[in-house]
Amino acid sequence: MNIKHTLKTSLTGLTTNRSRSALTILGIVIGITAIMLVISLGGGAQALILGQVQGLGTNTIAIIPGREPTGPSDVSALYSDSLKKKDIIALQNKANVPELKSIMPTVFGGGTAAYDVNAYQVSIFGATEYLAEIFDLHPDRGEFFTSDDVTSRNDVTVIGAKVVEHLFGNDNPIGQKIKIKGRNFKVVGTLPSTGGGSLFNFDSMTLMPYTTAQDYLLGIKYFNRVIIQTQNDSQVPSASADITRTLRESHNITDPAKDDFTVQTQQDLANRLGTITSALTWFLVAVASIALFVGGIGIMNIMLVSVTERTREIGLRKALGATDRDILSQFLLEAVLLTAIGGIIGIILGASLAYVIAIGLSKGLGVNWQFIFPWTGAILGLGVSALIGLIFGGYPAKQAAKKSPIEALRFE
Amino acid sequence: MNIIEVKNLKKAYHDGKTETVALSGVTFSVRKGEFLAIMGPSGSGKSTLLHLLGLLDVPTSGHYSFNSKTVTSYTRDELASIRNKEIGFVFQSFNLLARTTVLENVKLPLVYSSVPEEEWDSRARKAVESVGLEHRIGHYQAELSGGERQRVAIARALVTDPEVIFADEPTGNLDSKSGKKVMSIIQRLNEKEGKTVVLITHETSTAEHAERIIHLMDGEIDSDIKVKNRLTSDDEYVK
Repeated sequence: MNIKHTLKTSLTGLTTNRSRSALTILGIVIGITAIMLVISLGGGAQALILGQVQGLGTNTIAIIPGREPTGPSDVSALYSDSLKKKDIIALQNKANVPELKSIMPTVFGGGTAAYDVNAYQVSIFGATEYLAEIFDLHPDRGEFFTSDDVTSRNDVTVIGAKVVEHLFGNDNPIGQKIKIKGRNFKVVGTLPSTGGGSLFNFDSMTLMPYTTAQDYLLGIKYFNRVIIQTQNDSQVPSASADITRTLRESHNITDPAKDDFTVQTQQDLANRLGTITSALTWFLVAVASIALFVGGIGIMNIMLVSVTERTREIGLRKALGATDRDILSQFLLEAVLLTAIGGIIGIILGASLAYVIAIGLSKGLGVNWQFIFPWTGAILGLGVSALIGLIFGGYPAKQAAKKSPIEALRFE
Repeated sequence: MNIIEVKNLKKAYHDGKTETVALSGVTFSVRKGEFLAIMGPSGSGKSTLLHLLGLLDVPTSGHYSFNSKTVTSYTRDELASIRNKEIGFVFQSFNLLARTTVLENVKLPLVYSSVPEEEWDSRARKAVESVGLEHRIGHYQAELSGGERQRVAIARALVTDPEVIFADEPTGNLDSKSGKKVMSIIQRLNEKEGKTVVLITHETSTAEHAERIIHLMDGEIDSDIKVKNRLTSDDEYVK
């Protein structure tokens, strides 16, 4: 029997029991839908996170004080005051790091900001004027602070949207003085809301020159983080090496295991986050696969019932000249058709759901969530569902093919 | 020339420890173009014999030569091919496919044959015409009477132009009028088209369409006689 007629026979077999066929493929539909959804949403989440990380510029390198902890008890590695002013000077030296375009020491802290009778808990972020460029910040009112403010340790601040809302309401804060940890700061600019879904949220922050923050607010001599940008992306690896060498020299470190700083490129961070989201996605795919497996068992169950029910038909076909192979292909193809149809419906359903969710997340959270059609999921889903048809349809089909024609014909 | 030759054919069924002997060694032959009826009470082994002759089942021992081929040594696939090309079956319970038209039912054996697809339709139509059902060609099984269903089954048996037609109680589920019609078609196939027919029945009136009757009793041949006053086929049915 040729493939065309096997297909025709199988289709007739399936359409004869339409509602049963539909119920049977439900398990496969649900399994494939779940897998498609997980892969699509996982891809979307990954794209969102990576987009934000890379939004900082892939030519950005961060120096973090302390080394990467070697184990859970190695807490001291996390907190360190190892990055000092002399390090900045060493790094600024063109002879040490020729690729350096700009360098920005930063400090963080917390405190209360007050204006009139209003008070608000804020994050204090001390940096240089490069902050606006690196994070692509554009004050909606006023200006960003300048390099003069940094060198002169001026008491100026740029405040986030939430800070504006809590301290000033609808009033214009520009030129007003707010008290941060009891010291007066002049508001020189305000930032538009960056939204809740963003990785870097400036809404509750007061930004100011790091010099002012270090000396007058936090009382520290070290930096929490140093951000360096190179001229272009390709210089990042050599710049990282130069930075590491320069800092080891400056800190008199000869054994790399004793580094008291960590040099992290945006690419490292992106890779690490990418690995985490992928691992999470594939874990969820594994969970969703259980649904697919259960669906496969459902297929086998129904195919076995179908084979028993159609014993006489099998006997007749054999009496009329069908070989074992003909019967095997007929039932195997029925199973594969069932699962493949289920797979296609699942792919369409999963992709549609993922699309709707992507729109919902974009609108609801105000983030730029991209819908990603999961090609890997679609190909995988179709392949896996056909495979399930072959595996779980194989046993019933073999049972059908094995039947002796006369025993099948005698079956009541 | 003998189309069927069996020597000492035995069939026993094993059910756990007990062995049931259905055929305890039968020997006979059927001439090409002959019309043979096999009779016997239930349990005499006549159905078993027909299934062995029709290659639907394999004997426990003995020799069977069908159309000059020693089929006792053939594989399942080879037997399927002979059933398809050289044998036509007519069953007591018709065994038509439900929700399938007359034409599609008649085509079914061709699907498993090497006959080119272009010929399927004309062959099936010719077979349907030869049983006088051309006006029912697009009808479904449920829309047909018992007699019409059995005629469709005969058309299906004819479509591959086989040498032998095996009929297992073909009138068993029919009223006497439809039964007569079916028998006259079968007899006509034997007389006009030279088909060898092997039929089993327990009705003497049906058996008397044949040239020869073998009586089975307890798995053995009890008698093998020529029919003296053979019934004639009635060509009137086509109208």
